[in-house]
Amino acid sequence: MPLLHVENMTHYFGGLRAVHNYNLAVEPGQVRGLIGPNGAGKTTIFNLITGIYRPTEGSITLDGEPIVGLQPHEIASRGLGRTFQDLRLWRHMTVLEHVKMARYSTIGYGLVGAFFGTSRRHREEEAIERKALELMRMMRVDDVAEQRVTNLPYGAQRRVEMARALAMNPKILFLDEPTVGMTPGELNEMMDIIKQVRDDLGLAIFLIEHRLKMVMELCEVIQTLVFGEVIAEGSPEEIQNNPDVIEAYLGKDTVET
Amino acid sequence: MDTTKGDALENNVGFWKRIGRRITGIPLLAWILGILAAALVEQWVGYEFAELIGLPKIPVLFGALIVLKKKVWMQSPMMIPSTMLYVFSVYILVIGVVARVLAAPANRAAGGLMKMPLWISVLIHLGIFYTALHIWSDISAYRVITLKLTLIAIMVTLSLNVINGYMGEFSCSHPGFMALGAYAASAVTLIFFTNDRLFGAAVLPASLGPFVFPLALIIGGLVAAIGALVVAIPSFRTRGDYLAIISLAFMFIVKSVIENLEVVGGPRGMGSQPNYADLPTVFVWTVLCIWVINNFVRSILGKALNAVRDDEMAAEAMTVNTRKTKMVAFMFSAFWAGVAGGLFAHVIRFVNPGTFGIQKLAEVLAMVYFGGLNSVYGSILGAVSLNLLGEMLRPLEIFKWIIIPVMLILVMIYRPTGLIAFKDLDVKKLIRPR
Ligand SMILES: Nc1ncnc2c1ncn2[C@@H]1O[C@H](COP(=O)(O)OP(=O)(O)O)[C@@H](O)[C@H]1O
Ligand SMILES: [Mg+2]
Repeated sequence: MPLLHVENMTHYFGGLRAVHNYNLAVEPGQVRGLIGPNGAGKTTIFNLITGIYRPTEGSITLDGEPIVGLQPHEIASRGLGRTFQDLRLWRHMTVLEHVKMARYSTIGYGLVGAFFGTSRRHREEEAIERKALELMRMMRVDDVAEQRVTNLPYGAQRRVEMARALAMNPKILFLDEPTVGMTPGELNEMMDIIKQVRDDLGLAIFLIEHRLKMVMELCEVIQTLVFGEVIAEGSPEEIQNNPDVIEAYLGKDTVET
Repeated sequence: MDTTKGDALENNVGFWKRIGRRITGIPLLAWILGILAAALVEQWVGYEFAELIGLPKIPVLFGALIVLKKKVWMQSPMMIPSTMLYVFSVYILVIGVVARVLAAPANRAAGGLMKMPLWISVLIHLGIFYTALHIWSDISAYRVITLKLTLIAIMVTLSLNVINGYMGEFSCSHPGFMALGAYAASAVTLIFFTNDRLFGAAVLPASLGPFVFPLALIIGGLVAAIGALVVAIPSFRTRGDYLAIISLAFMFIVKSVIENLEVVGGPRGMGSQPNYADLPTVFVWTVLCIWVINNFVRSILGKALNAVRDDEMAAEAMTVNTRKTKMVAFMFSAFWAGVAGGLFAHVIRFVNPGTFGIQKLAEVLAMVYFGGLNSVYGSILGAVSLNLLGEMLRPLEIFKWIIIPVMLILVMIYRPTGLIAFKDLDVKKLIRPR
């Protein structure tokens, strides 16, 4: 049974059909890619699966359970972690606070613990902090733990977002253009990080990417989306040699590769 | 020419640095002991000293009420330097010298206290501080009431900061929450423990009253918290200006409902509350309020308010239940505003709906934004400074309403988030030896 299963998902924004008849089956530990020109509907697919929008039609199951109609935080705490294309960090919070926050759904001390600072709360928060620091070391942002995120360079902010998503302890990680706007140095670093996440944590990854080099190197299966429809699905070689993909995507965006 | 200027500058820096170094070596304990010493000195020799330097009585609020009075300037100008001398020698000098002298032993004591459970050292600090406040306020009834109202202002400001600072919504409903708390708590004490005009004879023996008073305050807080649902539920879908307007409407609704409820006295209000809110009671509740709110905003559940403020979509994506977070924030904040309202009613011993209107809202908002958003220190500073300033500038009459707003505007220009914004209050750090 696939970890994440999307069937016949369609979504309209008013009159605009942003996604049409989309299907996806991600196995545990698999790395999948989603490519396509700007405005094709890639981010919309992420937002539909993560519960920000409710699909007009179609069904989605995570670990066999239907998740359409659940609140985004409920879907997230069932094991779906994500990052955002436009880097959504909390600008007044420190790096450590970011990563700890993603443990919200696991907190057991409740309001009594929060109001009165019980010893249970201190125990739980210490354990959370240990785990957060571990992930921050992995993402190489542990040396800036007490810094506000707005003080960090762009690449580090991306890694904070990654550490935060991993702190949720997800089964599958959605990455929305994680290298957008990065320098070549930062890009290579991010590639290594994604490989590390895949190999060390064994997470399934669903990756939206604009730079083909990256998807080709990382993903087992790639879908190409154009105007909300998947026009090709297959291994990196198949996608690279598919005439439709070359025409619809590579033809226009060769600069980006 | 240039070199002399440079030298002067350097000397200046040296001077401030020296002062700075002297001050940074002093632990909080020594400062509190200094304040206690000043209060004791005033109690022992304050009156004699005031007489000696030609003052008719002890300056009641740091001399401001004397120095700013026009009559004093015209008729007895000598009182001005005398007042300044009094304030300098009794407060500044005594506190400074005692804190400095006691710095070393206080550091050792603070070090010893660090080894004990935190709550013991906190209670010791608070005990000394309260003693100092009590002695200081014993000089006059005016000081007592000013102090009580200042403590209540801290509670209201801090509770509003939870919404407007920590969660970043602009809520205007706090006077409404205060009113709910004030009326609910008053109703309890008036029905059960007082023979009064509205509710008739007391139901229970009056001697029980002071023990039930905390319960009355909690009931006031809970009523306010339930009222807060009216604002919390729309906040799920609405943010910013619209929510601000909803909360403002809530405040007006509460006010006009009370005005039209004859059982609680309508527009004439409700009086003769029993005298339960003495200084120690108000102090204990204020400390409790600061402690609980500070605990909350420093926990992950409380930091979720910040996440909702800075990016709600990201908060949801990171498993934060944003609806629950908003609901808790509004109800929690309203609870403390309600408790503060209950205390207020029992300090003034009279409430009427007119008290909880736009004027009160302006005061509280000013204290929050002046002191600093997202900060317990900020709310304490904002409430204390604006409340005391409001009292101290009273002799200036109309000019008071120019000076305070101008100060606010300056703060908003140079420090848009307030004087001490975005700073965690870490009690352990605060009381550690230096
Ligand atoms: N909230 C929305 N309301 C209306 N239209 C939207 C919304 N979000 C995205 N769109 C539209 O849907 C299409 C797909 O957008 P998006 O998913 O962001 O593309 P991609 O991520 O592939 O660049 C675009 O035409 C965009 O303008
Ligand atoms: Mg996109």
